[in-house]
Amino acid sequence: MIDKFIASAAEALADVADGATVMIGGFGNAGMPAELIDALIAQGAKKLTVVNNNAGNADAGLAALIGAKRVRKIICSFPRQTDSWHFDKAYRAGELELELVPQGTLAERIRAAGAGIGAFYTPTAFGTRLAESKESRRIGERDYVLEYPIHADYALIKADRADRWGNLTYRMTARNFGPIMAAAAKCTVVQVRETVQLGELDPEAVVTPGIFVQRVVRIAPLRKAA
Amino acid sequence: MKKLDRNQMAARVARDIPDGAYVNLGIGLPTLVADHLPKDREIVLHSENGVLGIGPRPAKGMEDEDLINAGKEPVTLLKGGSFFHHADSFGMIRGRHLDYCVLGAFQVSMAGDIANWHTGAPDAIPAVGGAMDLAVGAKNVLVMMEHLTKEGKSKIVERCSYPLTGARCVNRIYTDLAVIDVKADGLHVVDLVEGLSLAELERLTGVPLKRLATAA
Repeated sequence: MIDKFIASAAEALADVADGATVMIGGFGNAGMPAELIDALIAQGAKKLTVVNNNAGNADAGLAALIGAKRVRKIICSFPRQTDSWHFDKAYRAGELELELVPQGTLAERIRAAGAGIGAFYTPTAFGTRLAESKESRRIGERDYVLEYPIHADYALIKADRADRWGNLTYRMTARNFGPIMAAAAKCTVVQVRETVQLGELDPEAVVTPGIFVQRVVRIAPLRKAA
Repeated sequence: MKKLDRNQMAARVARDIPDGAYVNLGIGLPTLVADHLPKDREIVLHSENGVLGIGPRPAKGMEDEDLINAGKEPVTLLKGGSFFHHADSFGMIRGRHLDYCVLGAFQVSMAGDIANWHTGAPDAIPAVGGAMDLAVGAKNVLVMMEHLTKEGKSKIVERCSYPLTGARCVNRIYTDLAVIDVKADGLHVVDLVEGLSLAELERLTGVPLKRLATAA
């Protein structure tokens, strides 16, 4: 029998080792797996490489993980925000390595990892500073930059509903990086608003099939700040 | 001479977006264009985070944190709207499915190079987002910016001094002084604000400009 439901976020993240590469879903607060990040902070793993679109906002979630000095390197497209003070401080102090990637290249590198692609050529960033040390090639009338996949040990994502096989649906723009990160990680841990019986999700509406998911934790939606 | 204000600039851009177009509006000034799109045209707005068919801002109290645009502002969804993941969203951009994108910029060169992500300052924290993908991907790349910096220097330049976002990709520039097409043989002025001559605009801009052949 397949049962990917796990009782708590702490249990779902108990085996994250120091030095792991962890993808974290979300774009701003939409789709950010806040409770999973809290559990990762409590778990204590350090020297993490984190993959996210941003580098944390204010004092919660990814920002708190950086503030707790657990992150060695961050791969993202847009770290600078008006409230990214934890990142800014760690970056300026040289405590944190930044790999800045154009957003579409970030998404495609994640997708490529999950799809078994060895590398790909993209027109994005050709002729810019972000492609300076990269291999490039003219194909037809255009110039392209060679980019490699980003694999991860864990993906922490937020979805809306899941069944015990790990089939997922999402809610509006909270989907963002969820489906591609789920496929790119060896172990995908999902927090969902609601768990349902097998057969309750319309198979036509499943966005992430359970084959990409290892662990599912239900988090009650109305969380009061601790 | 009467400079256009931000809303007038947005209205000028909106006038050029045709019925049926798929459009991405960049963060900041370009977002204003949404408020000025002619009501009799059906224009589908895309946002990088994974949505097509963005509607007006929600009423106060009706915001949903799961429904936002690339600027992380709450939005609404029109009938016919759809959601998709990030790789699909950027596939739409890179795959040349978007008819227009409107970007802000620090500088645009005569060749159509755009610089909008980094001031080049050594201590600046860099952030690029989706700008480089939009610059190479949209069928028409429109730039919307003030013509001059606060110090009075032209933002239209012979060669960008800031790090590039994309090379030879800008089609048209909208400023508070003029609308200018970037063509293989140079910059062509489509229109100018009232009371400004082409010669004066050229003096302010500091690079050669010609009047677009078809312009009035």
